[in-house]
Amino acid sequence: MNILKSRLDYLFSSTKGLVLVAIAMIALTSAIWGMLSGPLAEMGIREVVINTLGMDMVPAEREGRIIILYHAIAMAVVAIETYLINGLLKIKPLLKTIINGLITVGYIVTMIFGLGFAYFGHNWAFHGLYIAGLTLIFAAGVLLVIALWPWNKEVRQPDMDYARTRGGLDLERVAFFATAVTTVISALFGAIPGSFFGNGFEVFLAENIIRFPEKSTMEYSIIGHLHIMLALIAVMITLIIGRWLNFKGILHKIAMPLMILGTIILNLGVWGVVTPMEPIAHMVIYVGATPSMLAALLLLIWSWRMLIHNGTAKFAKPTILQKLKALVEDPLKFGPTWQMLFMNFSTSGLGIFMAVKLDEIFRVWPAREERIELTGHWHALSLVIATIILMYYGDISGLKGKVRQVFGWAIIFFSDLALAGITFFEMKRLFVTEAEQQPIVNGLMLAVDTGLAFLLVLLATLMVWRLIDLFNKNGRWSEEKEQELDQEVVS
Amino acid sequence: MKRIWFVLVIVSLLLAACTPVDLSAPVPSVDTGINPNSWALIPAGDFYYGQYNTVEYTPAFEIMITDVTTSQYADYLNAALSSDAIKIGEWVITGYYPGDTYTGKKHEERIDAGDWLYIPLNDPSQHILFDGTSFSPEQGYEDHPMTMVTWFGALGYCEYFGYRLPSEKEWEKSARGTDTRAYPWGDDIQRSNANYYASRDPFENMKTFGSRTTPVGFFNGTIYPDGYATLDSRSPYGLFDMAGNVWQWTADIYEGMHYRFLRGGSKDTYEMDLRIFVRNNATPTYFSPGVGFRCVR
Repeated sequence: MNILKSRLDYLFSSTKGLVLVAIAMIALTSAIWGMLSGPLAEMGIREVVINTLGMDMVPAEREGRIIILYHAIAMAVVAIETYLINGLLKIKPLLKTIINGLITVGYIVTMIFGLGFAYFGHNWAFHGLYIAGLTLIFAAGVLLVIALWPWNKEVRQPDMDYARTRGGLDLERVAFFATAVTTVISALFGAIPGSFFGNGFEVFLAENIIRFPEKSTMEYSIIGHLHIMLALIAVMITLIIGRWLNFKGILHKIAMPLMILGTIILNLGVWGVVTPMEPIAHMVIYVGATPSMLAALLLLIWSWRMLIHNGTAKFAKPTILQKLKALVEDPLKFGPTWQMLFMNFSTSGLGIFMAVKLDEIFRVWPAREERIELTGHWHALSLVIATIILMYYGDISGLKGKVRQVFGWAIIFFSDLALAGITFFEMKRLFVTEAEQQPIVNGLMLAVDTGLAFLLVLLATLMVWRLIDLFNKNGRWSEEKEQELDQEVVS
Repeated sequence: MKRIWFVLVIVSLLLAACTPVDLSAPVPSVDTGINPNSWALIPAGDFYYGQYNTVEYTPAFEIMITDVTTSQYADYLNAALSSDAIKIGEWVITGYYPGDTYTGKKHEERIDAGDWLYIPLNDPSQHILFDGTSFSPEQGYEDHPMTMVTWFGALGYCEYFGYRLPSEKEWEKSARGTDTRAYPWGDDIQRSNANYYASRDPFENMKTFGSRTTPVGFFNGTIYPDGYATLDSRSPYGLFDMAGNVWQWTADIYEGMHYRFLRGGSKDTYEMDLRIFVRNNATPTYFSPGVGFRCVR
């Protein structure tokens, strides 16, 4: 009995254990639900999965199913970020325990009963539990905001190397706080219209109404919600990575105010879509996104300089090649910021190009083509976020030597292969006609599927390794049980 | 060394994917036994409209049981040319359209009165041939749906014969009947129900040219000589291809937008787009190998 208890203690009360459980839940969901679309559907595997698991796939309910699936996965990601924040920042132990407890129960209930309701017949008790799960996550979010309150004396920043006010207010903590507050508020922008449309049993995917000139306030709210939640998850992971790498110095002092400002303005723009400000909301969003992205760029510059500096300390006058080698020596520390840079090609750059050429190019194409770009670019951003989390997890799992190299570079190579494939697929109409596209589509899908398949294999290998470790009495888990992330911040 | 081989294999696979498509690859010759000149009567009455089944009403009307074929469109062009109802430009056919009301909404574009594109003639996907004096369908595509036609070209055809394009409501009622089914034949879809992306019909080759149109009325329950068995996929009113094969232009013009709506999904879309209530839209000048139309009267 004690054997089981000690494992459960690790999995559900230590930061690393909680992160592992959440990653495993996402991996399992991705593995099963990934077989319902794309090439596996074309190959007929979809039907096998549906029949084997007894799924009930009513055609008219596809949009509702997808919304619940997105939420099921997103809530686990939000939980991971919450664990990481609680592990990295100074948080009162009681609040930390309550927040982690609430969010863990919340996302697991959301995931199990949400997917149960959406894909396995409509048991309304399951739907109620799904909503209850989301509510618990919201409550955890509110508590996280309280826990992150940056004006408490005990969380003042005494070190002048970090962004702080003269009075010692920790501006990095303010950035975490601002992101958490705006995330909780932005969740309401989904919850309220969700109740409105859900009670009428009418759901819709934002990409399907994007061209309608008149949208209701509730529709705008949903569109704003889905954009800002993903953006805030991205902002939060940037802050987390910065904390892990121990971002500091002059660039930190510039970046944190930018991050706070950007997050607040970005949110004001998104919230503005449900107010008379709607016509200028997009402009406000651009204004907000700029400082946020600039802050991420400063983190990138600082972290690359830090990697180069640490890696070439043994040389009196390092050459360019030695600097480059030092930069890429540790893929798990280089990778997260590299992915942020690559994101500018696969997501941000594409988004800006679309916005600039919208009427000239994209609105000339049928809505379905525009839908591919819209869904493609946020799937790409989600993948970028997932890989960053995986790389951080690889580090806190204690991967070393060749395994660390293979794990890190495989994530970077295969995810970037998939992302590049997705990006060209989205833009294919710029360089190939519908009639002549098939070989190019096949080539791009080969790249995308190869990338994603290897990523999933990598993830599965990691999970199996961690599962086997749990059977070992003195496995890695027994050490991780006592470890906390703030002790492992890069020095 | 191993890394080089790995990169070479990947690059070779990608290069192999860039082989040009033979757009003139032969199409199987099939007699579906369906007469594209037939019409179905849709009675007046209520029906369930849209994904959330709001109750709507249409008066009685008739609708073509198939999409307009390439052959029918070639005949129309010949007739219209002799009566000066169309104009021949540099590799294009145009015709007059009286224009839309412009309201200046965001992203709205002007559709003014004037000559608008009906079909392009120099696109390799065009199955209408023009020898300088008359039009003819490309061999093998005579009974395939007319594609590469703009909304103006679809409207021009229908109006020339005194017909019109179906409204979205008319289209949906014709496809669905009076119940809440998701597809014209019922609530489930199988590959032999319709022509959609990777549906493995005999006209498709996903390694080369991809999905191609099937002759109108192909999915009628026939087992064809090559052994390919189709399911009878007609709608409750006996219409064919109301899901898959080609998107179909509809008539509605909505205030504040210049887009025209397309229904039914196509050979190039997954089955989710074949659900009756799914709406696609495009500028009225858009043409594609996956877009056609049918008329009502």
